[in-house]
Formats: sequence, structure tokens, C-alpha cells
Amino acid sequence: MADLRPTLLAKARILDPSRDLDTTGDIFIADGVIKDVTGDLTSAGLPEGTEIVDCRGLIAVPGLVDMRAFIGEPGAEHRETLASASQAAAAGGVTTIICQPDTDPIIDDPAIVDFILRRARDTAIVHVHPMAALTKGLEGREMTEIGLLGAAGAVAFTDGTRSIPSAQVLRRALTYARDFGALIVHHTEDASLVGEGVMNEGELASRLGLAGVPKAAETIVLERDLRLVAITGGRYHAASLTCAESLDVLRRAKRDGLDVTASASINHLALNERDVVGYRTFFKLTPPLRSEDDRVALVQAVAEGLIDVVVSDHNPQDVEVKRLPFSEAAFGAIGLETMLAAGLRLVKDGALDLMTLVRAMSTRPAEILGLPAGTLRPGRLADIALIAPDEAWLLDPATLKSRCRNTPFDEARFEGRVVRTLVAGRTVYEYV
Amino acid sequence: MLAVPAGCVYPADFDMTSNPTASFTLSRRHLLGIEGLSPEEIVGLLDLAEEFVVLNRQVEKKRATLRGRTQINLFFEASTRTQSSFELAGKRLGADVMNMSVSTSSVKKGETLIDTAATLNAMHPDVLIVRHSASGAVELLARKVDCSVVNAGDGAHEHPTQALLDALTIRRNKGRIEGLTVAICGDIAHSRVARSNILLLHALGAQVRVVAPPTLLPKDIERFGVEVHHDMRHGLADVDIVMMLRLQRERMNGSFVPSVKEYFHFWGLDEAKLRYARPDALVMHPGPMNRGVEIDSAVADGAQSLIREQVEMGVAVRMAVLDALSRNLPNG
Repeated sequence: MADLRPTLLAKARILDPSRDLDTTGDIFIADGVIKDVTGDLTSAGLPEGTEIVDCRGLIAVPGLVDMRAFIGEPGAEHRETLASASQAAAAGGVTTIICQPDTDPIIDDPAIVDFILRRARDTAIVHVHPMAALTKGLEGREMTEIGLLGAAGAVAFTDGTRSIPSAQVLRRALTYARDFGALIVHHTEDASLVGEGVMNEGELASRLGLAGVPKAAETIVLERDLRLVAITGGRYHAASLTCAESLDVLRRAKRDGLDVTASASINHLALNERDVVGYRTFFKLTPPLRSEDDRVALVQAVAEGLIDVVVSDHNPQDVEVKRLPFSEAAFGAIGLETMLAAGLRLVKDGALDLMTLVRAMSTRPAEILGLPAGTLRPGRLADIALIAPDEAWLLDPATLKSRCRNTPFDEARFEGRVVRTLVAGRTVYEYV
Repeated sequence: MLAVPAGCVYPADFDMTSNPTASFTLSRRHLLGIEGLSPEEIVGLLDLAEEFVVLNRQVEKKRATLRGRTQINLFFEASTRTQSSFELAGKRLGADVMNMSVSTSSVKKGETLIDTAATLNAMHPDVLIVRHSASGAVELLARKVDCSVVNAGDGAHEHPTQALLDALTIRRNKGRIEGLTVAICGDIAHSRVARSNILLLHALGAQVRVVAPPTLLPKDIERFGVEVHHDMRHGLADVDIVMMLRLQRERMNGSFVPSVKEYFHFWGLDEAKLRYARPDALVMHPGPMNRGVEIDSAVADGAQSLIREQVEMGVAVRMAVLDALSRNLPNG
């Protein structure tokens, strides 16, 4: 960090959900750490060589912590590498990526956790922490070395987009993980009810002649899981909820005092099943986009804090697996670069306030994962995103940093964008 | 009179300039579904098809409408009757017709649908007739080619020429479509024929019922504006047309219905069940039939059956579609 000049972010609107702070002032950064956040630092004696960034009109928020990103390194580097994902993240104001274990080889061994961390240290420009597999080979049968993987640096345990079919396996994992304080993140979709389903079940799927995924596929698994949490006392996080029915289930569990949290993806907050019309495969997601009523309920749940976390669910898929008939195409959309911009739309619409959005994209995931991020407190690493809230722009897929272009926001108009991202005090992205 | 090129198969006295008297143009490049067609366009196609019914019953069945044009039948899913119907329709209009059964071609070698489209497009066809097992696949392909595309069935989505030929068959036998009650019975969930027929019959003012066990009905089917029935007695009561659908073999043995025996008992159309319908009700089936599964032979071959006429109307309707689209082709 010796080569880092001190930086002063001057006259920014400072928004820090970790302290419910919303003020205008300056942030002084030295040695990669936030030294001071006050009303006015410019008059104080700044060290020589301090870079002063004029932040009038900009909002400084804690860098986002994306709890669900599928990357592809190792094994599928043509989709995304840790390096390219980190470039995409930086452009989207994301300073910490939590990568998912469905790589090749699968992250179910401490040596792979170690590989990811070293590889990220050498090639990525943002912080990267892996989630490890909950079961060996993601096969849903035998639990992984939860203690050793955690010690190696895995921040949580998940089988990615796979649900554990066996209640017994999940029960034992929750029970075992409890003593390690390990968090279990679960994709809540009953595979047998999903079947051949490729979109939300309902009138639209019937009209398009596409097999549907019923909402019950999600709520049945969520209900089961929360009952297992009740008898085990484990720490549980629902990876991506999509429908109003699930919210009722989640609300009850939280009211009962269970150690339960949940995410929704930005796609499910910003889009709905109607976007699939025309068989647009960039909107083919798992779990699928639901109805507009579900979308509205989900946004409301984020506003209330019932949904704790908003994730990008970044899932790069190349042209070969997307330019296919809808039922044959791969699931997934990229999202690291657009999650904040898409979230700002909800703020502009008045559906969410900015504090809530940033809390769900930064502070809450950091708390849930036990990471020292998601805050602008002095003494913490300077992971900061600077937002120009009124900047209008059009998403040009050619400018995306991700190796894949499967964005559902192709050519979308946004208002508000990230103009600078700092990771540990170093500017890793600047919009010019 | 145009000059007849050497080697041409047309008889020397054939009038190359002759055209159907009912001239009708579809103001679109492709026919991908019934959805989006106006009632006027549907009626225009049916009227035009009537001309071809007459033509097809003559000894001389050829027109020159598509002379010099190339039609490729691209079937990613096996089909005998639809493919031969389109082949005959194209040939009778004078097109060069090539059949490609893709089960034996490059898709097996990993070529994608879009690569296949690009490859065929480079051969400058004028019309592609496409069938594919995935819903939306024909639309996807249509976006990648310069020629006209006719959907010959995509997944469980649409099969527009089947709905048109069904409508033509009904209209010729009942004199109208408006005000009729049509029961579509059987595997609605997986049927593109049902979807296209519901859209077309509604567009022309018929009442549509669907009759099937609940496992063979798609979710929210009542939102299509149809009356939903689970038993044949109520479903067929007073209907004018009984349209049976094929039940795929893999869905018969416990997955969607318990057995062939049980399915035929409750939903198979036999003479007893047909008596629930109006005495002058007519029976249709898009084929190929599973006799003894969804339909009894006595009904299929009985006096109320229009099943063979449907096949005849198929060729006429496809000629009408090709004729109407060809007027939009470049240099057409």
C-alpha cells in the first residue's frame, strides 16, 4: 500500500447504512483505510500529495457485497475468470464478490478454497471470497468438511443452484454446521416439481407452450428447510426467493426467532415473466422470473427488511448456450455491472429508499457473512462506490467487462451509475 | 404466355399466367402462428384455399405461382403427413421443393439451429417450412433468415396451418364457424394444435371447450377464454364439432394418465360418448390417430368423421398460405 496516495473524497453525500448515516461531508482515506468521515476535512491539514476528489453531486456508499455470483474459474474460464468478474464488479460498484462452488473442480476441498483465494489475490481487483459446497461433488448426499473449509476461508456453504433433495442430509448439515457458526445457503427449488420447467408456471407459459415451474416448487422446499432450522438451530439463508407465498413462510420463521435470512436477485426485483415473451433466453433464469404481483411483493419485502439481501445472481453464459430455442438454452444472466443501476431504478420509482437498497446490497450481506465490509466507519478498509445519481445512460453490451454478454438489460436505459469504485483505498474503476 | 424453358415439366399448353381468381396477400413475411392474424386475414386464407380445393380435384393440378422459387421443408421432428402435405402444396404451385429431415443431418453433429439457418439461408431459398420440437424455435430461426418462414409446428406452441385446415374443413361442412361450439379433447397441455385452434376459432367467433383430465390441461387454460371440462358427458353436450387430439405414448402409462385402458374408458371417443354431442356433430383428428386410445375405429371411420377430409384440406390450405406469402417475396 506504500504506493497509495492518501485520498480525500470531498463534499460527497455520505450514505452509510451501518450507522444509518446520511450526511454531506468528506471521507479521508490513507493506507487503504478510512481515517475520518466528517463534515468538512478540507480545511484540516492534509498530508502532502493527497488526491482530492471533488464529489459534489455524488453519493459515497460502502462498496457492494454481492453474495451470489457464478464465475467459472476454475474450469469454465471462457465464461468468466476471477479477473474478468472482478473488472465487471468494479464497474458496478461491487467491491466484494462471493463466488459459488459449482466450478470444475468443485469447491468442496480446502485446497480449492486456497486456490481461489490465491488466484483472486493475484488477478482480481476486488475482494473475492468463495462459498464452499455443502455436499461433496454437489451431489446432495454427503456433507463436506465444513470445519476445514471454513478455516481455509469459505464464508458459507451451498450447493449453488441445486437443492438438497434429502431432508435428512440437510438436517445433519444444519446440525453439524451450527457449532462452527457456519452459514448454510440453500437454493429452494424442488427438482421434481421443476421437472422440465423453464419459466414461471401460469397463463403466459401455457400460451408460449413452455413448461412451467410452479411457485410451490420454491415454497415447499422453503417450508421444509425452515422446519429443519427450527429443530436444529442452524444458520440458514435462502439463496433466491421469488414469490409472495415464500415471503409469508419467511416472515413466520423470522417472527419465531429462527436464525434465518434471505436474498432476492436484482432480476426478480426489476423484471417479470412478461420479459420472456419473444422467447428471450437472456431472461431464462433459475428460479424463473415470476408475475408482476410477485415482483412488487418482493420489492416491498426488501423495503421492509424481510428480504435481507439483494444479489446480482451473476451467471455468465456464452452465445453458444443462449442462442438456442428457449427450452434448450442455459439458465442465467450476468448482473455484477448492472445490479446497482437496476436497483437505482427502484429508488427512482419510489419503491425503495437508497439507504435500504445499499443496506441490502452491502451492509446486510457483510453482516450475515461476517465480513468487515459494508460500512464507511473509520478504521475499516476503504471499499467505496461513488454514484452519480442522475447520470442517464444506455447499457451498451459491447462495453461490458464480463466475458459474456447475457445481460437482461441489453440496451436498457438507466438513471444513475457508478462513477468510481475504490477497493482498499485504490481506485479500481473510474467512469470517464 | 411465358416461354417454357427446356426440360420444364409443364405441359406445353399450360397457362403460366393463370392465378386463382380470389387473390389474397398476407401482409407479412412469415406465418409463425395464428396469434397476430386478423379475422380478415384468416378468412382471406380460407377463401383462397377454397380455390385450391377445386384445383386439387382436377387432373391438372399445377400453378406457376412459385415457379423458380425454392421451398425447403426443414423438419427437426419427424412428420409424415405435414411434410408430404407441404411438399405437395409447394410442387403444385410450381416450386422446387427440397426435404431436409434433420434427424439425419448436421444437428446430430452438434450444429445449432442458428447455424443451420445461416447455412440454408446462404442457398437462397424463398420459403422455409420448419418444424421443431422446441416452442419458439421457428420464430428464432425466422429472425436469422431472409426468406419467408412457415411454422409447421413448434413445440407446444403453434401449428397454424393445422388450425387453418381444421377451420376450412369445419366451414365447408357447417357453412360457418361463428356461433359453433367446438370441443377440443385430450392432451391439451402438450398440444400446439389445440393452442392454434383455440386462437383461430375464437377469432372467427366460435365457442371453444377443452375436455381433458386435469393432468393434461395447461395451467390457467381458462384464461384463454375456453370452457373447461374434465368429463366427456358434460364436455361434449350439444357441441357441433368434436376435435380429438393425439396422446403421446410416453404420457399414457402412469405419468399423466394411469393407463391406456383407463384413458380410453373415460376420455376415448366412442359411439356412446359421441352421442352426448349434437346429432349432427362432426368428428375431427389432426392425425396420426391412436385407434383405441383417444378414438375408437367405429367413430374414426364413421359417418360423422371428417378426418380424411382434413387431410385433403391440408394441401389446399398450405397452397393458400404459400400463395399468399409468395406475393410478398422479393421480385414477387
